[in-house]
Amino acid sequence: MSLSSLLLFAAETGPALPGYTFGGPWILRNAWLLPFIPAMSFLVILFFGKRLPYKGAEIGIASVAAVLALAIISNFAWFDHRDHYEAAEAEDAIGALLNEAESGAALQVLVVDGTAEEIRLATEEPAAGELFAAAEGGDDGHSSEIHPSTAVRAEATWFQSGGKEFKVGTLIDGQAVMMLFVVSFISLLVHVYSTDYVAGDRRYTHYYAFLSLFTASMLLLVISASTIQFITAWELVGVCSFALIGHWWEEKPNSDAALKAFLTNRVGDIGLLVGMIILFFAAGQTFDIVKINTMALNGEIGHNTLLVASLCLMGAVMSKSGQFVLHTWLPDAMAGPTPVSALIHAATMVVAGVYMIARLYGVFYEGLSIKDSSVNPLALVGMITLVFAGLLAFVQDDIKKVLAYSTVSQLGYMVMALGVGAWTAALFHLFTHAFFKAGLFLGAGSVAHSVHSFDMKKDMGGMRKFMPTTYKTFVICTLALVGIFPFAGFWSKDEILVGTGGWGLFGGTGGNGSYTLMLIGGILGASLTGAYMTRVIYLTFFGEFRHVAHDDHGAHDSHDAHDHLPHESGPRITIPLILLSGFALLAGLVNLPPGFITGNLESWQERFLHFYEPVSAAYFPSVAHGTPSYSLAVFSSAIGIAGVAMAYFYYFVLVDRKAKQLGESLTELPNGPTTKVGFLRAGHTLLVEKYYLDHLYTDFIAAGTKGPIARAVYWVNQNVLDATIDAVGRTSVKTGTAVYTHFDQKVVDGAVNVTGLVSSETGGELRKLQTGKIQQYAAYLFAGATVLAGVLIFVI
Amino acid sequence: MLLNQFLLLAGALFCIGVYGVIVRRNGVMVLMSIEMILNAVNINLVAFGAFNGTPIGSVFALFVIAVAAAEVGIGLAIVLLIYRNKKSIDFSEVDTLKG
Repeated sequence: MSLSSLLLFAAETGPALPGYTFGGPWILRNAWLLPFIPAMSFLVILFFGKRLPYKGAEIGIASVAAVLALAIISNFAWFDHRDHYEAAEAEDAIGALLNEAESGAALQVLVVDGTAEEIRLATEEPAAGELFAAAEGGDDGHSSEIHPSTAVRAEATWFQSGGKEFKVGTLIDGQAVMMLFVVSFISLLVHVYSTDYVAGDRRYTHYYAFLSLFTASMLLLVISASTIQFITAWELVGVCSFALIGHWWEEKPNSDAALKAFLTNRVGDIGLLVGMIILFFAAGQTFDIVKINTMALNGEIGHNTLLVASLCLMGAVMSKSGQFVLHTWLPDAMAGPTPVSALIHAATMVVAGVYMIARLYGVFYEGLSIKDSSVNPLALVGMITLVFAGLLAFVQDDIKKVLAYSTVSQLGYMVMALGVGAWTAALFHLFTHAFFKAGLFLGAGSVAHSVHSFDMKKDMGGMRKFMPTTYKTFVICTLALVGIFPFAGFWSKDEILVGTGGWGLFGGTGGNGSYTLMLIGGILGASLTGAYMTRVIYLTFFGEFRHVAHDDHGAHDSHDAHDHLPHESGPRITIPLILLSGFALLAGLVNLPPGFITGNLESWQERFLHFYEPVSAAYFPSVAHGTPSYSLAVFSSAIGIAGVAMAYFYYFVLVDRKAKQLGESLTELPNGPTTKVGFLRAGHTLLVEKYYLDHLYTDFIAAGTKGPIARAVYWVNQNVLDATIDAVGRTSVKTGTAVYTHFDQKVVDGAVNVTGLVSSETGGELRKLQTGKIQQYAAYLFAGATVLAGVLIFVI
Repeated sequence: MLLNQFLLLAGALFCIGVYGVIVRRNGVMVLMSIEMILNAVNINLVAFGAFNGTPIGSVFALFVIAVAAAEVGIGLAIVLLIYRNKKSIDFSEVDTLKG
């Protein structure tokens, strides 16, 4: 009874419940199992992998399959918990709160707005009857309206230092279980795919060990309840990324790419550390994510502190999630094996930054004043990234690099969505994007596995004849990426556009502000996506096969030496592709917009939002949700299709016709616009040079600083340090000599010699007593006894 | 009963024993001198026991006699071994522990 009134109270006055519990389903309380299993698998593969019949792959696959099963169970347990967590458990939680309130323990941590008194009132006198009835009635219909989300936590003390306890724990709520599923699902498919793709590799076992470690670290990151644990997992995924990008480190570009990824990420990690440290002190020396968020939302941390902290954390997001100016490592990271690109550099690791914003959303929401604004750094960075990266994707010849820039662009969408307050839309896009981008990467890998190259212009073309399954799945994933109705990407992209809110033309009001610029950027990005993906499809799957049988076919592809035409990949590659394209087709249906369907199926809309957004939890801001608009959906789709159509006209009509005339396979028009029109050529060069960012970093920043700095350091070294060291050295020598002659030789040695002499003389005298004659000893004995007797008698 | 006479007798025996232990060179004589010291102690124990009216002194004396028998057994064995090595039981010649 008391609980219902409390829930109503929560619904009316905003978040009042702490939003978490230490109770809940067993599987959610013991979520540490999920990262633990692949972590153990990592050790087993590392130590015993080479002796196993399948070189460790079977351990990796089995462990990830187990994790996937647990993740699915966790999701269903969460669904049940999300809707039905109340009654006895909630009463216990509130009882614990009240106990703490009475004992005067730090209640502010747990209860918002100083509502201890109000909660006590609410529990002691269960409000008015009609309120209670209203709450009950509401529960029947749209429970999502008032039923708050209650995260499940578990924690343990990691270590103690200076009387301070450092806790680790798990924080399981909607976004965590969603990511658990995505990570383990993609990881399992990549494990299976890799058994074919990297078969016979010299570091096959090592590869699987690192896949396991990566899965473990990503799962750890997802369930982290404290920022220090989060940083640990964040760095662990960075290490795995480094190791897997540089998997074929014998070739210099690959190890360079790994280093570049690692160093670029370190730049952002400085921001991560600084931001987390600021939050640690601002929130009263705690690493507790829930507490930090709650305090940020309650205004217990100053706005400027939050602003600085969130800007620092944005640096980390920009490096890890490849946002513009720090994105340059991500395309280079394609040097790693393709399944790794699919798993790490498209579907899971690179969204760690997005996940971090979503996790600390209270901090960003308050710090960047996301509500009721029209521009903020987060949204701006996301928008710039999505447009600029989309442009870069046009000039790449390497199929994986196109997909890499596409990933950067889509990550820009997610960051922009978080920047405009469309939290659910961002995570929904993360969810759908994971499937279709993994599908695209694995499809590209399937093609490359067949032609032994990633170069679309030189070695591909006409692949649809040779690889029908890959072709079909690739097209489905492309349609999802471009956002064509009803594929997955359409729903999530549309939701992001809706979330920008406030552009009266489409009636898309009700967002958290009026981010008109972001809306335009998002729509523009959709058309870019359509165009560059059409280009990829044409270059890869249409036209004539351009691959010339190279003589440099090494030993690694001797298996198809008898057959120079490419052929479809085996089932271990195609089955993951089919599964992923299935998800690319259907994943959008989990969050149908409200009002889209009516009748009995109405409860099927906004399932994603309902289950995964922490509604009414104290650690999460009460974000507004934009009202979807048909006109916006139609308009953005039209713009996207226009992009597709333009590219289609250029490649499928103009280039194709020219190719037929010339009787050869073309990839561009011989006298295309970029060769004729001056400013277009300039733009093309700008894109080919990737906005000169790499030049800026290596030639200007790195070279510019390292030259003068090296000279300055050399001067300081020669003139200051060396002089100091010389002076110190000379002084030392002089002092040493003086000490030696005067002190050591005379005083110390003298003392030592005297001691020795005294001992020697004393010993010489005393040894005369040791005659060896028993009777003399007996005489000593009796003399001693006599003396003792004398002492006893006369003295004592 | 006068205690003094027993104590004087015991003191005299003790001194003679000590003298024998320190001065005599014959190993067997040294052992016999040790027996005299022990018996001086025994006389003291019995005398004080009788003086105080308890049997404890006599009991202690019995223990001492038993231990003395064991001591003489070991002592004679040592003397015998010394004789075997040196063909002599002169203690003044046994000084291999000289420092």
